[in-house]
Amino acid sequence: MRLSEHRYRTISSLEGPLLFVREVFAARIGEVIRIVAPDGRELAGEVLRIEGETVLVEVYGETRGLDAESTSVIFTDALRSAPLSSELLGRTFNGSFRPIDGAPMFVPEKRSPIGGCPINPSARARPQEFIETGFSVIDGLNTLVKGQKLPVFSCAGLPSKELVAGILRNARTVSASGSGHPLLPGAEAAFVVVFCAVGVTFQEYHFYMKVLEEIRTGFVAFVNMADDPVMERLLAPRFGLTAAEFLAFGCGMDVLVVMTDMTNYCDALREISTAREELPGRRGYPGYMYSDLASLYERAGRIRGMKGSVTLLPVVTMPEDDITHPIPDLTGYITEGQLVMSRELHQMNIFPPVDVLPSLSRLMQKGIGEGRTRRDHREISNSLYRLYAKGRDLRKIEAIVGRDGMTKGDVLMLDFADAFEREFVNQGTRGRTIDETLDLGAAVLKRFQSGKA
Amino acid sequence: MTGKVVGISGSTVYVDLKGLKLLERVYVGHRMLAGEVVRLDGERAIVQVYEDTRGLGMNEPVKAGGAPLTVRLGPGLLSGMFDGLQRPLEKLRDETGPFIRIGKDMRALDCSAVRRFVPLKRKGDEVAPGENIGFVEEGAFRHFIAAGGRSQKRLSWTADGEISLEGPVGVFEDGEIITACSEWPVRVQRPCRRRLPVSGPIVTGQRSIDFLFPLARGGTAVLPGGFGTGKTILEQSIAKLADADIVVYVGCGERGNEMAEMIEEFLDLKDHWTGRPLMERTILVVNTSNMPVAAREASIYTAVTMAEYYRDMGYHVLFLADSLSRWAEALREISSSLEEMPGEEGYPTYLASRLSSFIQRAGVVETLSGATGSLSMVLSVSPPGADFTEPVTQACLRAGGAFLMLDTSLAHKRHFPAINWFQSYSLYSKDTIEVYIEKVSARWGTLMQRCRELLQKEQTLLEVSEIVGIEGLQDADRLVMRVAGMIRTEFLAQNAYTEDAFSPPEKTCAVITRILDYYDDASGRLKQGKGLEEI
Ligand SMILES: Nc1ncnc2c1ncn2[C@@H]1O[C@H](COP(=O)(O)OP(=O)(O)OP(=O)(O)O)[C@@H](O)[C@H]1O
Ligand SMILES: [Mg+2]
Repeated sequence: MRLSEHRYRTISSLEGPLLFVREVFAARIGEVIRIVAPDGRELAGEVLRIEGETVLVEVYGETRGLDAESTSVIFTDALRSAPLSSELLGRTFNGSFRPIDGAPMFVPEKRSPIGGCPINPSARARPQEFIETGFSVIDGLNTLVKGQKLPVFSCAGLPSKELVAGILRNARTVSASGSGHPLLPGAEAAFVVVFCAVGVTFQEYHFYMKVLEEIRTGFVAFVNMADDPVMERLLAPRFGLTAAEFLAFGCGMDVLVVMTDMTNYCDALREISTAREELPGRRGYPGYMYSDLASLYERAGRIRGMKGSVTLLPVVTMPEDDITHPIPDLTGYITEGQLVMSRELHQMNIFPPVDVLPSLSRLMQKGIGEGRTRRDHREISNSLYRLYAKGRDLRKIEAIVGRDGMTKGDVLMLDFADAFEREFVNQGTRGRTIDETLDLGAAVLKRFQSGKA
Repeated sequence: MTGKVVGISGSTVYVDLKGLKLLERVYVGHRMLAGEVVRLDGERAIVQVYEDTRGLGMNEPVKAGGAPLTVRLGPGLLSGMFDGLQRPLEKLRDETGPFIRIGKDMRALDCSAVRRFVPLKRKGDEVAPGENIGFVEEGAFRHFIAAGGRSQKRLSWTADGEISLEGPVGVFEDGEIITACSEWPVRVQRPCRRRLPVSGPIVTGQRSIDFLFPLARGGTAVLPGGFGTGKTILEQSIAKLADADIVVYVGCGERGNEMAEMIEEFLDLKDHWTGRPLMERTILVVNTSNMPVAAREASIYTAVTMAEYYRDMGYHVLFLADSLSRWAEALREISSSLEEMPGEEGYPTYLASRLSSFIQRAGVVETLSGATGSLSMVLSVSPPGADFTEPVTQACLRAGGAFLMLDTSLAHKRHFPAINWFQSYSLYSKDTIEVYIEKVSARWGTLMQRCRELLQKEQTLLEVSEIVGIEGLQDADRLVMRVAGMIRTEFLAQNAYTEDAFSPPEKTCAVITRILDYYDDASGRLKQGKGLEEI
């Protein structure tokens, strides 16, 4: 280790975001670089590859104006790390961790590398504490639990931000009546929110900031806007997650991390990979995108014997509404389920327009039932699913042969599917408690099951 | 031997060490990151490092390890939990905390443990290589210890009673020592006397598998399916419930939370065949998606070597990997960082041959000590976009014997296990059906055939009814649809979270018999002129 900064003026070539520096002594892979342009502008970068004394540096930000003669490159001998302190709360930073809320930078208590370290699987606690989001489709049928990673799969133009805002406003761990939950009925604990905006427009930014300011328990935001450097799209979520781990496992808080929009993140990954001249994979996205996304999403979780938790809520906009597109596909392969929004439901004016059939919460089984939500939860949820799946199947036949060609029982199922969508899924922005959700589900079921039996 | 780092690109490191061998283990940098030599290129060797290289600097020292990547084999592996390089995860956690820090080399077995050795051979006995000289008890199992060496030799001493795993358990007349623990290079298949054909069924307790697409001892089943189709739940159910002696499960590039769930459950449950704690028969290898990619590539080899080791003692070992696609992707990442010429979808051209030689490690064998052991594999595959034409699924298809295709549309309807009954197949039906016929029911074969036919007929009728409506079908056809519906929901579907999670063959047979008897009875009455609504 050199333990000092070295300055070079030996750039041998420049190409897009990449520059080669010659005659470098003992560089380290991943080392943070500062680049001083001829006009005094300072840029950041990172060591990408080393071959003998030649180092390939990736520059974050606009390389226009750099030259080979007078640009200097400073090797800092440090890895990229995030400054951490409980004073993070209430603050807004950009994708390089600089305050953009007008207040000065805080004094860090410590620094942590932004890549994090994997949680030892044998140290993990199984996520099982129910989180009430206020939405029936989630709480009743795709239950979210503490430490889970559950993405929203949206389509362009669908109200994913309203859904996320609703979750942010409502999310709390609660106990339903008669659940025997350690919390008293009605007692609740809320979440600290870490918000990572990746390549968002000003409108989205403005919308979310208003929501965040309402949150009593506090928030931290890392904002990379659409016109900010592309490289920072990759950094913002990592800063966010490093901060979230600190708040959760360092300070014992329950943290809800929202990352929007991961499609912008993946596009940035592709752009940067192409600039590095790496071999493109499916649709041009790099072959390591699965591992890269996993290095973010897997940071959600709980740890045995520790307070605090990191729950992850990424938003993915499916390009061309296609769930098999590599971005939602790889996300779905990593996360513990997904909430899939549907254009059809949206057009029917149903909010939240979540299609429950392709949606899934894999950690739901352990998070519901007696002691968590309510004893009849599993039963209600299974029945709603079964009947709705049946009704949806029959709609295809209805479209061809019409209701007249169908049996009475089948017509009943069609009516059930309609009622389920209009009454249970559709709820507007007002939150429902888990008791309300389950009671409503049971009531809808009862109307149709007694009619049939 | 030491050298230094002369180039770094991601987890690929160039070193100037001469005299290294291909696949030799090396230790890189001040933090001694473990790696493997993947290419020798004139003056330089190219090393794939198993850990995060961030922070590694030029000119840092590199040490040769002298041997390829090996695992440690010996008593105490059972109920263990290891990462892809066989580091014991629980010990790692106790020593370094809940987050895995890098550069920590740790032995898989606690060699200071004292165990009781029971000799099977004594002073003066002739022992051939691979022959058992005694055993120690490991939970409910006899953990046999075999002699190594190349030729038959005479023993001059064997231990009897308490031994330390570090010390000798036997000595040959020529002075060679036999120890309870040994090392084995993970990429080399362990030897056997001869290979035998697959034999008899593995009872999984999954009706759709045991009845329609059976698995055989020594066979390989491949489970491809898109995300959320139930691969992991199915693999874990099989790991929990199947009638194997020993289970080796490798979570290869998958989720940490689901492993935590599995660990907790396995620690809690009893093996329903023997009543012993489930963990006692289980070895877990866990290299989650965020753990280093090169170690993920190694993880399936680490795991299969341990599985072979127990097979060599004459046990029936079930090996499950979730998911092989993550292994293949790790291979792809490594290959592309070596700038190899890519084949289909960027995978290296040797993907299929690597995969098939890995799957070759399954089988029934006569062990060196003359016993019969088996290694069966259940491998999940995660095709991108649930498109089964992709290279990994296709390569597995050629090498495996049972193909259980998990269907996204069934999963969306919450029909689990979402095994598609038209596209799946098993080449082991013939090898297993006789056992079921003999032990469970003489009608097993006919029932299966009829069940298949009904499902096929339903498919045809569905297409018709989409045109004419169900009301437009004949009563006999509507009965077929009703019965096929019963087969799907009452027989093929099996909820893993209920009592029904395990269905013994007798129950499987009883359920399908009941449904088909109903069908016969109802068709009889239809023929007598009764209406369908009455039945
Ligand atoms: N046999 C079953 N009984 C009941 N539910 C099941 C069953 N199999 C799967 N499921 C449901 O499907 C969900 C997804 O299953 P699983 O996690 O095994 O999918 P997967 O194929 O492994 O997905 P991925 O490729 O993303 O890992 C489970 O969380 C569970 O809700
Ligand atoms: Mg899985």
